[in-house]
Amino acid sequence: MSIKPTVNDLNWKIAGEAGYGIKSVGLMFSKICTRGGLQIFDYSEYPSLVRGGHNTYQVNVGEDEKFAPKALVSLLVALNQDTIDFHRDELEEGGGLVYDNEDKEIDVSSLDAKKYNLFPIPLTKLAEDAGGKKVMRNSVALGASVGLISYDFELLKSVIEDAFKKKGDEIVNMNIKIAEAGYKHAKDNFDVGKFPFQLKAVKGPKRMVLTANEAIALGAIQAGCKFMSAYPMTPASSILHYMAANQEKHNLVVKQTEDELSAMTMALGANFAGVRSFTCTSGGGFSLMVEALGLSGITETPMVIAEVMRPGPATGLPTWTEQGDLRFLIHAAQGEFPRIVIAPGDAREAFYGTHHAFNLAEKYQMPVFVLSDKFISESYKSEEFFDTTKLKIERGEMMTDTQLKKVKEYKRYKFTDTGVSPRSIPGQKDGVYNANSDEHDEFGYSVEDAENRVRMVEKRAAKLEEAAKDLPEPILYGLEKADITLIAWGSTKGPILEAMKLCERDKLKVNLLHVMYAFPFPTERVNEVIKNAKDVVIVENNSTAQLGSLIREFTGHDIEKKLLKYSGRQFYPNEIHEYVSDILSK
Amino acid sequence: MKPEELNTPHDPTWCPACGNFGIWVALKKALTELKLDPDEVAISYGIGCSGNENNFVKTYAFHSLHGRAVPPAAGIKFANDALTVIAVSGDGDAYGEGGNHFIHACKNNYDITYLVHDNQMYSLTTGQASPTSEKGMKTKTTPSGIIEDPINPISLALAANATFVAKGFSGKADHLAELIKKAIQHKGFALVDILQNCVTFNKLNTFQFFNKRVYDMNKEGHKTNNKQKAYEMASEWGERIPIGIFYKEEKPSYNSSLPQTADAPLVKHELGKVDLTPNFEGLA
Repeated sequence: MSIKPTVNDLNWKIAGEAGYGIKSVGLMFSKICTRGGLQIFDYSEYPSLVRGGHNTYQVNVGEDEKFAPKALVSLLVALNQDTIDFHRDELEEGGGLVYDNEDKEIDVSSLDAKKYNLFPIPLTKLAEDAGGKKVMRNSVALGASVGLISYDFELLKSVIEDAFKKKGDEIVNMNIKIAEAGYKHAKDNFDVGKFPFQLKAVKGPKRMVLTANEAIALGAIQAGCKFMSAYPMTPASSILHYMAANQEKHNLVVKQTEDELSAMTMALGANFAGVRSFTCTSGGGFSLMVEALGLSGITETPMVIAEVMRPGPATGLPTWTEQGDLRFLIHAAQGEFPRIVIAPGDAREAFYGTHHAFNLAEKYQMPVFVLSDKFISESYKSEEFFDTTKLKIERGEMMTDTQLKKVKEYKRYKFTDTGVSPRSIPGQKDGVYNANSDEHDEFGYSVEDAENRVRMVEKRAAKLEEAAKDLPEPILYGLEKADITLIAWGSTKGPILEAMKLCERDKLKVNLLHVMYAFPFPTERVNEVIKNAKDVVIVENNSTAQLGSLIREFTGHDIEKKLLKYSGRQFYPNEIHEYVSDILSK
Repeated sequence: MKPEELNTPHDPTWCPACGNFGIWVALKKALTELKLDPDEVAISYGIGCSGNENNFVKTYAFHSLHGRAVPPAAGIKFANDALTVIAVSGDGDAYGEGGNHFIHACKNNYDITYLVHDNQMYSLTTGQASPTSEKGMKTKTTPSGIIEDPINPISLALAANATFVAKGFSGKADHLAELIKKAIQHKGFALVDILQNCVTFNKLNTFQFFNKRVYDMNKEGHKTNNKQKAYEMASEWGERIPIGIFYKEEKPSYNSSLPQTADAPLVKHELGKVDLTPNFEGLA
């Protein structure tokens, strides 16, 4: 085996049964890499079970920004035989396998020892000898991994200290001792410098390790969200958890409701009463909220909804990913009324996009979606601290007490050029109005006459035209002129950016038009890019090319080349790279 | 302020002699007698004949969806606990479509008042059986008579740990106004299930039906602090029907238990003062 050694280009993976602590050590690995100045993108797979089933966690790490997980694994930690059976083919040549050689159920004979580096380590024994339980062999494996790649143990120590400090020194020290046992065993028993995949800390800015869900919650807090009502649903729940954990720190109220019907209408009530409020759910939960989406629309009550997609319909694949709900959100609820859909491509965009969503919801008095999916909402990425200095809170047109005093009869739904009517807040003197789910006149009273109906429909529609002017255009990533232009929305951005690195390596000219503000549809910009493109490919994590159909609807372009994936898994960069290479080699 | 000042430019559209008139009068009387400023009152309405009241009472109004009067009311109270918040529903709205919200509002003890216009009938949809329609009643959807026994809102509220449980009658507007006043003054979730006649579709539970049966249970000595006794009284339905307060309990409301709003309602919190640096550090 003569593999060229690489430094700081590594894909580490650990797998085993649920309950083996896969996620906890996985996140620790991401953190120790990030604390060493490196950048990660991690990814985990797990079935919808609390115990049992097969769980994986993989961390793609390097010196440059990582946007997606990588398919080929450089160091695999197998906590059971399934890991070897399921993932052996993912190992790249020269890659390593860490396993418990005293575990009689593990058989590594299927792996060619000439092609791969086998690292037999008595994980359970080392954990128990260091005073721990069998379940803590995950920490031994983590320590051993750090040793095998010649990384800095002090970084692991600092992460363990932070993770366990609430449990006291004794627990901290035991965990360090256990990880150290693995680390030392690796150093003492293997010629670690010869393992071709090495990791070395570099200097870099301080970075966080976070998911898009945490970024959504942070964006909401930054935007002054003071109330959240939601019902748990995978993969949206961690937004609710993060908000709940921050209630007292940021002086906001989080209420878990009896169902999604309540979650959405309660947040609407709070928004009506002048407090920035939101909810989060996945497609199934949003199906229940649909009726209240229209309520937000007709009462012109601001509302922010984070919808984190998983494959449907019905229960679908609860812990997997898909971009199946774009059309659903654009058309949800009976009748015609405006809404905005923001589909961030990563945690950073999720943060700024959510903050923006709160401003848009109040400025245009309509529902605004932050549309994410399991892939980015549960994958951690290293990100520099978000810059909040330029973020402003824009509450839109609101009646002041003085203005209300001057107005003889306040018209909450006054006809205006922009369609936006200044609103009052319950408690304000002389601002009484009727936020009415029935069609209503300018005061909010139920009326059914035809002329008023027409004007109200047009008033609400006008707001969308106004909002459209206020939305950022899709961003073109990469070369200005390319042989292939990929068009995507939301989370497929990451795998495409990684694929573009491979294209650049191969001197293939590929760029990406990423549509983050998906609705109202950015017709002009998309049309212009397609018209000037040599060749266009739609890349979506669904089976019907929903963005592709929007492009056809709004621009008339029918994009024939579609790279679609709907297996419940996100794209790996190499899949996109191969698709593009095939086209360009013809 | 006089009750008439709570009128809007729109006259009620209910059928002449509908029980809703009595409830409307009692509500305005209660708000006036409590000297509540209409700017400080927010009412969340469901959908139905009761919900149409949104056009006839001049306070802040949120006319919600069918079954969803309670959650927005809770949301308004969360946002601004200085407001008096009332939810208005019908029996189908409250105990059918909104049943889950009703149970959980009792359990959560939100500091809101729930006025349920209970005419034992779906009336705006022209006469179908409701959760409280009597067994055997013939309606458009039960032409051979209702097979099952109705829901008992009072026992249900008691079982769900509501802290104020009362029943009124639209024909006794003064008594009802007193109940509504006490419900508003109660710190916690207060249910007032209001018996009312539907002149058009309910030919069984008429004004006369109720008027000769109802009696003021509290005047006859019912104490409001005995839950067991309240359960017993809740099932009295026949020659005599008790109205008044079945049960009342002082317990911290959900809203009063929140440290986040102890100093000021959420709506008064200053925005733009957030410092996320500790959060960022925590994720590093």
